[in-house]
Amino acid sequence: MRNQQATQLIFELSLPGRRATRFPDAGVGPRNLTDLLPASALAETPPPLPEVTEPDVIRHFVNLSTLNMSVDTHFYPLGSCTMKYNPKRHERWASLPGIVDLHPYLSEDRIQGMLAVMYEMQEMLAEIAGLPAVSLQPAAGAHGELAALLTAAAYFRDRGEQRTKVIFPASAHGTNPASAAIAGFDCVQLEISKTGLVNIEQLKSKLDHETAVFMITNPNTVGLFERDIAEISRLLHEVGGLVYIDGANMNAILGITRPGDFGGDMMHYNVHKTFTGPHGAGGPGAGPIAVRDFLEPYLPGPIVKRAGHADGEFVYSLVNPEKSIGRMRSFFGNVGILLRGYFYLKTLGARGVREVSETAVLNANYLLEKLKDFLYVPHGDRCMHEFVVSAKELQTKRGISAMDIAKRLLDYGFHAPTVYFPLVVPEALMIEPTETESKETLDAFAAALRQIAGEDPEFLQQAPHSTKNSRPDDVAAARHPVLKWTSAP
Amino acid sequence: MSYLFTTPDQQQEMLNTIGVSSVEDLFSHIPDELRFRGDLNLPVGKTELELESEIRAIANRNRNGTELTCFLGGGVYDHFIPSAVDEIAQRGEYYTAYTPYQAEASQGSLQVFFEYQTLICELLGMDVSNASLYEGGTALVEAALMAMRVTRRHRKIVVLGSVHPEYREILSTYLEQLGCEIVVVPALEGVADVNLVSDSLDDQTACLIVQSPNFFGHLESMAELAEAAHQKGALLVSSTDPISLGLLKQPGDLGVDIATAEGQPLGIPMQYGGPFLGILACREEYMRKMPGRVIGTTSDRLGNSCFVLNLQAREQHIRRDKATSNICTNQGLLALRATVYLTLLGPQGLREAAERCCRLAHYAAERLTALPNFEQAFDQPFFKEFALRYRGDVRDLSRRAAEAGFAIGPTLDRFPGQFDESMRSLVLCAVTEKRTVEEIDRLAEALSF
Repeated sequence: MRNQQATQLIFELSLPGRRATRFPDAGVGPRNLTDLLPASALAETPPPLPEVTEPDVIRHFVNLSTLNMSVDTHFYPLGSCTMKYNPKRHERWASLPGIVDLHPYLSEDRIQGMLAVMYEMQEMLAEIAGLPAVSLQPAAGAHGELAALLTAAAYFRDRGEQRTKVIFPASAHGTNPASAAIAGFDCVQLEISKTGLVNIEQLKSKLDHETAVFMITNPNTVGLFERDIAEISRLLHEVGGLVYIDGANMNAILGITRPGDFGGDMMHYNVHKTFTGPHGAGGPGAGPIAVRDFLEPYLPGPIVKRAGHADGEFVYSLVNPEKSIGRMRSFFGNVGILLRGYFYLKTLGARGVREVSETAVLNANYLLEKLKDFLYVPHGDRCMHEFVVSAKELQTKRGISAMDIAKRLLDYGFHAPTVYFPLVVPEALMIEPTETESKETLDAFAAALRQIAGEDPEFLQQAPHSTKNSRPDDVAAARHPVLKWTSAP
Repeated sequence: MSYLFTTPDQQQEMLNTIGVSSVEDLFSHIPDELRFRGDLNLPVGKTELELESEIRAIANRNRNGTELTCFLGGGVYDHFIPSAVDEIAQRGEYYTAYTPYQAEASQGSLQVFFEYQTLICELLGMDVSNASLYEGGTALVEAALMAMRVTRRHRKIVVLGSVHPEYREILSTYLEQLGCEIVVVPALEGVADVNLVSDSLDDQTACLIVQSPNFFGHLESMAELAEAAHQKGALLVSSTDPISLGLLKQPGDLGVDIATAEGQPLGIPMQYGGPFLGILACREEYMRKMPGRVIGTTSDRLGNSCFVLNLQAREQHIRRDKATSNICTNQGLLALRATVYLTLLGPQGLREAAERCCRLAHYAAERLTALPNFEQAFDQPFFKEFALRYRGDVRDLSRRAAEAGFAIGPTLDRFPGQFDESMRSLVLCAVTEKRTVEEIDRLAEALSF
């Protein structure tokens, strides 16, 4: 059924003379372009883009879309990514005139509706975090990490403190050390204990007056709540350091426990994970940060402030915090994604928000229970919203790797879990079902995994068998990179 | 309403399977003193029907802004978006997928990004493109960081004062902490003075950062600036308006080493400033120093060609603190929009769009500078945007324009500390292909006070 012609490269569909979009003449009379612009600046010909018709374009991109798995079409239990359902009402509301067509340099008196929404979003995120001050600037989670670390650096500099170290457990997302390095800190990694939690004794041994920030994901990347988090925070604060909560796993704890209440000083949200910003095949995201009051003066701006007005209406305006680290990006932020998060929170309310986490944790524990008799669970027999199993035993005994299982799942109509992360678990499969999946789907997924575990290893090593392609050669790709199409000579 | 499936009976069944008696038991390992009890202080949840009218009311509160005829510029432009762009971008198969880690389940997105990389190379005249970054400002910063890695010079960069003030601000945010000096060369005539620029470059400079058309809309002398930078062993890093390349020479033909752009004009709505698209492309020799996701072709087990995430050894999930960037996404959905946009326009469409912008902008400049209270700020060539000097209070100007139904700007007083005092009374005027002669005539009439 696949339309092989339409899914050729768009460049191969091109034929000189074909057109899709035309623009009318400017209607300002005939003048040579060289009267307007210096001849030396003008190109002889326009860029060599493909020449196709509108029907070509539609058939090409619609057919290509069918080669994707997505949340709209498949169960997508990609651990750490919170691939939950993306409500369609959000798409409509984000596209309304008055929202989608707003230029960022319109004067504040003409965009009070938008500023009111962004203000309310700041307030809601502060409440869920238990941290009072929010900046909506960062464009993604990693960008939020960097923003918060720069905020911490500015705070320490202002206090005349020389702090150079950022500490994180070995189970941390790769963005944690990468962000710390870009913010100019030295990275110190902690091994995690056998229980899958932070090793407190080792942490103590690394703490000193050069410690700036301890970055921790809670619940952590093996799916466990760091129950010693209050003690960890106390230890950090004792040496004058700060605790950063990587909010990637907020879907487990909404309304259950709050980063600010368990000792976090700063955190980022991934609005595209927790609050249903669609993942867009890689982005856009939004990574707002929330911090304690003493860090507020250093936050990246602009931030929306509210003031009362004589006639009872609130007036909203943009301000930059007094000692702000400055901008992290141009304009206000990834507003389109922040809006979807706002619509979601307005739909859910406090009760709905807590139900999200309760159900996400219920679904994960249920699935864990259905798998643990045949897949090894290295850390804990309960989990939060996700869990990590190891295929190490299957690999040793039968030669079936985590990758083989992941690939074979595609044949069964399921997207694969995250594999080989966290790095602390060998042959890791990190499974996050989210709350927007049914028991029937979880049962079917568990049954598929059980069946796969019993399949012929050689057959699995060649999976998937039902997709257009199977097992691309990554090594060859990197050795001789072909990163664009070129016309045949 | 939280989009849940589980019925009470199913919930009980699931709890029985797990071996606990209540959902609350699933959280028993969280120390009691850390639990949040009661309800968060959030608004009460509402149905789709209720929110529909509430959100339409909010949108309508902004309508007194969006109903103004838009002559606003400053890095975001009111360009036309063909309907086919929205049609494709609304497909759930694209927008509800994630990063294509599993190539076999993501050939659609992967091919789109491969096509995107090719189109960006064709557009900018560069050898390689990544699969996109957050937006134009951070793309420029990533290019500066990349230039430091390439040249192994980490102490100094030079940036023109005609580069977008917000981009320059992001540069400071990122680089100050790293102890890198940022030398800003003022552009008092609306473009760079090449001699001044040459004097500020030395053999410790990683790169010269140039925007052309620049923040004021004017064209910089790219070839001379490239020569000045290269003489000192520095790279030339540029930011450009992608629409302008329908008419103007490509960065690749002008000596640029790393070319960046804000991709918003390529079929992406203004949506109050984001999400947008950070374009970054470079010469082949710097390929492995690039930040961000990159897609490549390879063959699979059966010898069929296909697409994969490539050069991942540069990235944070492998290299951690030694990665080329902390970025772990591209702007997939926006890269899709730009890909569809560029294929719809093709070479002729892009040229027509660029020409229409350029001709209308020059018509607007003639009309407005003929008015008693305005003069063209700089006598320099421009593409679709230009700076006007207003003999009066610029804030007053914006207000009077708005009352007459027009949005014009930004005014430079919006960017305190970023421009010379002599530029405080400047206002930008941008003209896209969406504007008409009639609108320009009415704007001129409205401003003839």
